[in-house]
Amino acid sequence: MGKTIAEKILAAKSGHASVTPGEIVEAYPDLVMSHTATWRSVSVMERIGAKKLYDPERLAVVLDHIAPAKTEKNAADHLKCRKFVADYGVKKFYDVDAGIAHLVLMEAGHVLPGDLIVGTDSHCTIYGSLGALGTGIGYTEVTSVWITGKLWLKVPDSFRITLKGTFQPGVYSKDLMLHLIGSLGADGCSYKSVEFYTAGQPISISERMTVTNLAMEMGVKCAFVPPDEKTEEYLRGRLADFSRYQPVYADADAVYEKDFDVDLSRLVPMVACPHEVENTKPASEVQGTKIHQAFLGSCANAKYEDLEIAARILKGRHIDPGVRLIITPGSKKIMMEAARTGVLETLMEAGGLFTNPGCGACAGDGGIMADGEVCLSTANRNFVGRMGSSKAEIYLSSPATLAASAIRGCITDPREFTS
Amino acid sequence: MQSIIEGAVYKFGDNINSDIIIPGRYLIHIDPATLSQHAFEVLGPEVPAKLRQVRIIVAGRNFGCGSAREQAATAIQGLGIKAVIACSFARTFYRNAINDGLPIMECPELYPAVSEGDHVQIDLAAAVIRHSGKQYGFPRMPESVQKILELGGLAEYLKTQLKAS
Repeated sequence: MGKTIAEKILAAKSGHASVTPGEIVEAYPDLVMSHTATWRSVSVMERIGAKKLYDPERLAVVLDHIAPAKTEKNAADHLKCRKFVADYGVKKFYDVDAGIAHLVLMEAGHVLPGDLIVGTDSHCTIYGSLGALGTGIGYTEVTSVWITGKLWLKVPDSFRITLKGTFQPGVYSKDLMLHLIGSLGADGCSYKSVEFYTAGQPISISERMTVTNLAMEMGVKCAFVPPDEKTEEYLRGRLADFSRYQPVYADADAVYEKDFDVDLSRLVPMVACPHEVENTKPASEVQGTKIHQAFLGSCANAKYEDLEIAARILKGRHIDPGVRLIITPGSKKIMMEAARTGVLETLMEAGGLFTNPGCGACAGDGGIMADGEVCLSTANRNFVGRMGSSKAEIYLSSPATLAASAIRGCITDPREFTS
Repeated sequence: MQSIIEGAVYKFGDNINSDIIIPGRYLIHIDPATLSQHAFEVLGPEVPAKLRQVRIIVAGRNFGCGSAREQAATAIQGLGIKAVIACSFARTFYRNAINDGLPIMECPELYPAVSEGDHVQIDLAAAVIRHSGKQYGFPRMPESVQKILELGGLAEYLKTQLKAS
């Protein structure tokens, strides 16, 4: 019987010839990511009296959620992280200047096809954009993996979703994912591994990151876009040793619990309405909803390509005076590229405000909302109170819908700007 | 860990996410008492006040969805909650609850039968829930995972492992 990608990776990392869904294995991750939560994992280590890491090479620490420090408490927490990486020889350390952990680690070539990666963030599923199995765990469990090198994981059942056709102008992978989350529900893929295949034109690596990131919002354990020439092209030059590029593919006769197609050409710009991601509607149905803040940021949609999409719409135009447009690039590298190509200037001229790279307003670090305000965000969550007041509302959209809406001052279908 | 957990219940609907359980701005804390002061506060002051009066949470589908923040489980414990019974859990919350020593069980059959304030008894050894004269089974966890819960969470479990080695 054929095997899925998740089954193959979990078998390889647990030393089994093969595994089947439902089985619990002890697996050894290739990488353990911890972000600003690292100090908590260090505290657990101190509390239990552990002094030795299983393998410091497998740790990656990125300070992204609150960066730079806002309070003395944050500063002390950051200091604890820096002391830890220095004391234990953790080389994959990225300080407050680098950006969002997921994007930084992929840019740096720390994420490879076939890797098993766990981390203190639910959106670790994004590593599947490069063919790695990424999944989120809590900070105590991170400590456990630091020390023992392993964790228990249940082998998930898998779904296969085949993307057919191509997107219409103004429609992007964010719209695809909001469509899927809306139709399958917030637990529509609970505990599942979801493999995304393209029958037509392959989507870009940036789009794949959005797909595997947002997949978390339908409950997945992990999600994959199987590696291809684009993956190879992305990783060439990022890997010190390219012989480590060993893609893992599903067998042709792998068994899927669900197997269905999505016709990309039939999709329209979508938004997620307050206060749940599954509460999705076509942008045209909520057109005219007044917004006070537009946030172009997060690991879902603050990649260079996302900034460029917004800049194409905003070039030569200005945002509505009633809107503040906050742009938080996903990483320093992305911000530098935007500076080089003029995207940064275009967005600033249009009225945008740039913050330093990182999680920013998505994690409530700046860009806080007041009672009664409405934010349109390119992030992945619109939960009540996530960006400040619990009396504020958050809508989610693609960068194109965000740019069009910032110009009009209200939620706007971007196709009038893109067609 | 006690084999019998019993008390009054508070009932939630579906998709109670971890931002509702504990907003991100409080993740700078890790101790149960401090976290519990802000647990569920986005739902208004009456919800946490009621939760402090009960011992057990009963919830619908996908409890704890969203962020992988471990403090969601810690904050619930800080309120004095001894167990969470849900139709289903998000996988990150499920793991964090085990790792924090908070007993959780999936029992969709119980959900429609229970109302806020009802008395429920959970028998961990027998893997049954007793309510209003009826018994409801729930799936047992694998023994290795059960061991983590019995020791009060992953930190305590690691401590015993370190001592043994």
